[in-house]
Amino acid sequence: MLNYQSTYSPVLTKDFDTRPVTININGKPTTLQLMPWVSLLDALREYADLTGTKKGCDHGQCGACTVICDGDRILSCLTLAVMKEGSEITTIEGVAENGQLHPLQKAFIEYDAFQCGYCTPGQICSAIGMLKEGKAKTRADVKELMSGNLCRCGANTNIIDAIMEVKNQDSHE
Amino acid sequence: MNNFSYIKANDLPTAFGHVRLGDAAKYIAGGTNLIDLMKYNLTKASSLVDINHLVGNHDIEELPDGGLRLGAFVRNAATAYHPLVEERYPLLSRAILAGASAQIRNMATNGGNLLQRTRCYYFYDANTPCNKREPGSGCSAILGYNRIMAILGTSESCIAVFPSDMCVALAALDAVVNISGEDGERSLAFADFHRLPGDTPELDNNLKPGEIITSIDIPQKGFARNYSYLKLRDRNSYAFALVSVATGLELENGLIKDARIALGGVAHKPWRVKEAEDFLKEKEPSAENFAQAAEIILFGAKVFEYNSFKVELAKRAIVRNCMMALNPESQLPGAQPSA
Amino acid sequence: MSTRPAIGQPISRLEGHMKVTGAAKYAGEYNVPGLLYGYVINSTITKGKIISFNTEAAKALPGVIEIFTHENRPSLAWFDLSYADMDAPPGSPFRPLYNAEVSSNGQPIGLVVAETFELARYAATLMEIQYEEESFRVDLKENLAEAHTPSIGMATMLKPPPPKPKGDFEEAFANSYAQVSAEYFHGTEHHNPMELFATTTIYEGDGKLTIYDKTQGTINSQLYVGNIFGLHFKDVRVISPYVGGAFGSGLRPQYQLFLSVMAALELKRPVRVTLDRSQMFTFGHRPQTVQYTRFGTDEYGKIIAMNHKAIGETSKNEDYTENVVNWANMLYASKNTLMQYELVDLDVFSPLDMRAPGGSTGSHAIESTMDELSYKLKIDPMQLRLINYSEKDDSLGRPYSSKELRQCYLQGAERFGWAERNPEPRSMRRGNKLIGYGMATGIWEANHLPARAEAIIDSEGKLQVSSAVTDIGTGMMTIMAQIAADELGLPVEDVAISYGDSKMPFAPIQGGSFTTSTIGSAIKAAGKALRKKLFKKAKDMDSSIFSSMDIEDVAFRDGKISVKDSPALSVSFKEIVAANKGKAIKTINFSVPKFFKLKKYSRAAHSAVFVEVEVDEQLGVINVTRAVTAVAAGRIINPKTARSQILGGMVWSVSKALREETITDYRLGKYMNQNLGEYHIPVHADIHDMDVIFVEEKDENVNELGTKGVGEIGLVGMPPAIANAVYHATGKRINQFPIHFDSLL
Repeated sequence: MLNYQSTYSPVLTKDFDTRPVTININGKPTTLQLMPWVSLLDALREYADLTGTKKGCDHGQCGACTVICDGDRILSCLTLAVMKEGSEITTIEGVAENGQLHPLQKAFIEYDAFQCGYCTPGQICSAIGMLKEGKAKTRADVKELMSGNLCRCGANTNIIDAIMEVKNQDSHE
Repeated sequence: MNNFSYIKANDLPTAFGHVRLGDAAKYIAGGTNLIDLMKYNLTKASSLVDINHLVGNHDIEELPDGGLRLGAFVRNAATAYHPLVEERYPLLSRAILAGASAQIRNMATNGGNLLQRTRCYYFYDANTPCNKREPGSGCSAILGYNRIMAILGTSESCIAVFPSDMCVALAALDAVVNISGEDGERSLAFADFHRLPGDTPELDNNLKPGEIITSIDIPQKGFARNYSYLKLRDRNSYAFALVSVATGLELENGLIKDARIALGGVAHKPWRVKEAEDFLKEKEPSAENFAQAAEIILFGAKVFEYNSFKVELAKRAIVRNCMMALNPESQLPGAQPSA
Repeated sequence: MSTRPAIGQPISRLEGHMKVTGAAKYAGEYNVPGLLYGYVINSTITKGKIISFNTEAAKALPGVIEIFTHENRPSLAWFDLSYADMDAPPGSPFRPLYNAEVSSNGQPIGLVVAETFELARYAATLMEIQYEEESFRVDLKENLAEAHTPSIGMATMLKPPPPKPKGDFEEAFANSYAQVSAEYFHGTEHHNPMELFATTTIYEGDGKLTIYDKTQGTINSQLYVGNIFGLHFKDVRVISPYVGGAFGSGLRPQYQLFLSVMAALELKRPVRVTLDRSQMFTFGHRPQTVQYTRFGTDEYGKIIAMNHKAIGETSKNEDYTENVVNWANMLYASKNTLMQYELVDLDVFSPLDMRAPGGSTGSHAIESTMDELSYKLKIDPMQLRLINYSEKDDSLGRPYSSKELRQCYLQGAERFGWAERNPEPRSMRRGNKLIGYGMATGIWEANHLPARAEAIIDSEGKLQVSSAVTDIGTGMMTIMAQIAADELGLPVEDVAISYGDSKMPFAPIQGGSFTTSTIGSAIKAAGKALRKKLFKKAKDMDSSIFSSMDIEDVAFRDGKISVKDSPALSVSFKEIVAANKGKAIKTINFSVPKFFKLKKYSRAAHSAVFVEVEVDEQLGVINVTRAVTAVAAGRIINPKTARSQILGGMVWSVSKALREETITDYRLGKYMNQNLGEYHIPVHADIHDMDVIFVEEKDENVNELGTKGVGEIGLVGMPPAIANAVYHATGKRINQFPIHFDSLL
């Protein structure tokens, strides 16, 4: 199997014009000068300096880049920023309100639901989306519906404990 | 990934016009597979035509004959959780929810789900020969690490597997794919939509260049009483199927009146064998009969060095899933095997 | 009210707020003005030479600044030794962009630097590279005949060669009552921390650099950069306040550090190099290893003969070794032993310590063999281990500094309900599922290394402690604060910790479960010195109440020095600093392990693990439904974060036994699943009930703190416990990790 030469020929890009893209990020209309090939994830991290949203794989395989877009949890690495013109995006930086941590943020600290902290913003944003969807009834459902967020430190049981705590608070209200 | 022009199309003629202009132009909807492929330089596009904003096909509607029309631009999650789908086509709902992750299901469209490309390791590695990626370069999987590859309908040139879960259910439900192109509209039976690799593995399906999937129709019969989706994979969630099974059974007086069994993870398209379904008609819904049907379905399977287990696994999965269909409440999250 | 001791309290992570709000910044997240982006070009061949690069198309793109290859890189340190690091195995370290040679698939061979990430990534695809390929070998099992004895070097200090043979193994084995011989294998695994490796190098002018690096050792990276680029160490500052997991992958400087620094120095601009996920498979990994065991017992189950042989993979340029075969005789006494360890050189990148390196490999073979013996002997698996319980380390004939493993067995078994196990395989079921109970023992060395720490009492009377040590997610900051708080008698809130900066006092690389003991000891030393200094200053104060007292007569509590017998007589730290003309009082102290004393003991943490699996009888699908790990690891500084460390090890165990594997195509000499979609680490749905017990263990010998470390021990015993449970459930013994569910069909 030696001597295989890929015949891959890239499309020669000539057009490097940027365009203004306005996205409502954490309640603030934010205009960024972007080329179309910028993912929403890179737009947030590199162009808007909102590095709370993490890049763990850049291919939709880890969940670290989860943000909330128009109310739904999505992977910001698998969408283009230009496609989100006019959308409402909530990132981890926008989860706390008026300096008050979101109940999930508090529960994550209390239950030690992270170690290195790198998957944490994605886990929290995903959990917010998951609770809003309202489809999880049991702990098993929560585990399944949170399975799009990997944690390599192995904080899994603490993460699910933290989410269950908040889920149970919600259902008691 | 190369840069590209980005164009938002608001109606079909505009979309067709842009993609006609250059064959390196591509449509983008959910983008969950396309952007992944573009980042790996496996797919190239000079322009991306955003068809998310096309008028129409953003809803799920009832059809006059009692069926349902799934707009191509409805997201997978919205489809799975739609009350009419949950009520009448729970098999489809279960299959969708067994695929990808919640986040991806919130992004991916119904039309795009049909157009996913294979997850073959060699297809994804631009530095190895792959007939699907580069026709004529050879298949690295046949003599390679082929644990995840196909056992049915393979060819000398390709043993890749089609990765969708949703499509396994759509195949079982006899769905119809509605397509628009510059030459007008047409419909394809689901079984005719995806292709076997043959000697043109670069073609995953029968969509012509420039055409757009606008909707998917599911006929009235939804097998809502006796259905099950089972997915076997290397972890309990967020992994592609090694073998999956969609089963719908219609029972009458303790006998099987109609049966649908479709397999995922074993072929270049969802796999259905009419003879097996016919065999089950008027028979008792027993493990023995399901096992015989499984033998018929797996007839002619061809195995490779690392995937011979798939034959036995598929047979057992068929039996289990048919038994689970008799008691759909036994299904677990993530389409795992019942307790 | 007196301050409660902070040690032993389940305090939540002090940096938690930063991590849950997204404020915590990792190495690749410093967006400085004028930042350039580097994208690495990797070899697509496994072995051979680069004939030529055509960079024309890539360079022609507006915004592409430079493309570095071996042809145009700046001249660098010549000697191999300059590339060595704190964790370098014997041999010649990999030198990025050194010459045209390619020695492993994915080897970095170039760097594109551009104004944006997207542009750099795109330009990399425009490079035309011609290679001359050579044949290679990457399959361990096919090349076992090439195995050789590893060479010895600096890194061998923490990884001694196998213990010398004892007695006559062959004869004793031949004459033993019950015998088991078995072969074990696991393939390559990659660390895959969630954070991608990244370095942001800020060029500060005058040859000065500030480097944000993903590493497990800021000073390790600093020395590496200084040596290679000929910079004064003082001019190289490496900062890593947050590290998004590492698991050993950051023990050696990775190539993005080299490339980022090289480009920044050449271009005199800030340059960031972030690897992508597939590039995370192009450096160190856990080496594929084949193991053979032959254990023989007498009729009572007492082991009389023990042979453990391992053959691991290494690269052509370095002899990377692990402690694989040193454990069996530490755990179980045997008069006749034969322990062997060899390496096969393959055309791969050098392997690299990955969580519980060697230990988790060895225990797989040892504890599976013990399990098999238990069935042969018809003795309960835990009973067999108790029969062979060794109070001393039989491999070296030394006592243990402490060993509460017996309590681990007893308490773990009790919590788990081990007594309910029916010894017969395939005898327990639940619906479609076969149930299996399995257990195993874990052991991991308790080391500690020299380190420094600085401790300061500031004008507010609060304590500031600093060390260059990193926090890869273990909770360093929190336990440092707890240890420091108790040293000075302050509440944890009054302690500020700074770390992750090479400007701070020396710390070795963070790993091997030795960091708590290492940094904790340094903090204790600094704390002790600071107490002395504070007391002296207090004595020197005008009309001091302590003027006729010794330090033994006073206590440090609640931010004050007070007279032991009459606590009301006190002077606050704040007053002492005020009397010191407001100048903070500081000490920097070096803590060196008492090597002479330590040599008298073997020091190890132990665990007993009990696992329940459910195996679908027809489909083979395996779930670890329950697991209990009982750990004796000396003193536990923070039960909350320590529990998380053990839980993490338990999740890794599920992963190792049932999930993760790097798939190699031996024909192509490359890894085929270089992504997180196909490299399966567990998802939430894979992880079920897990329980941790910390067994009380007092150890006055191991170090002043009595700590043994908990980073690895959670991963040592549980993988074989899972395999043993699978056997108990199904009657099938699968000696290859990960166990594919379809192998149970």
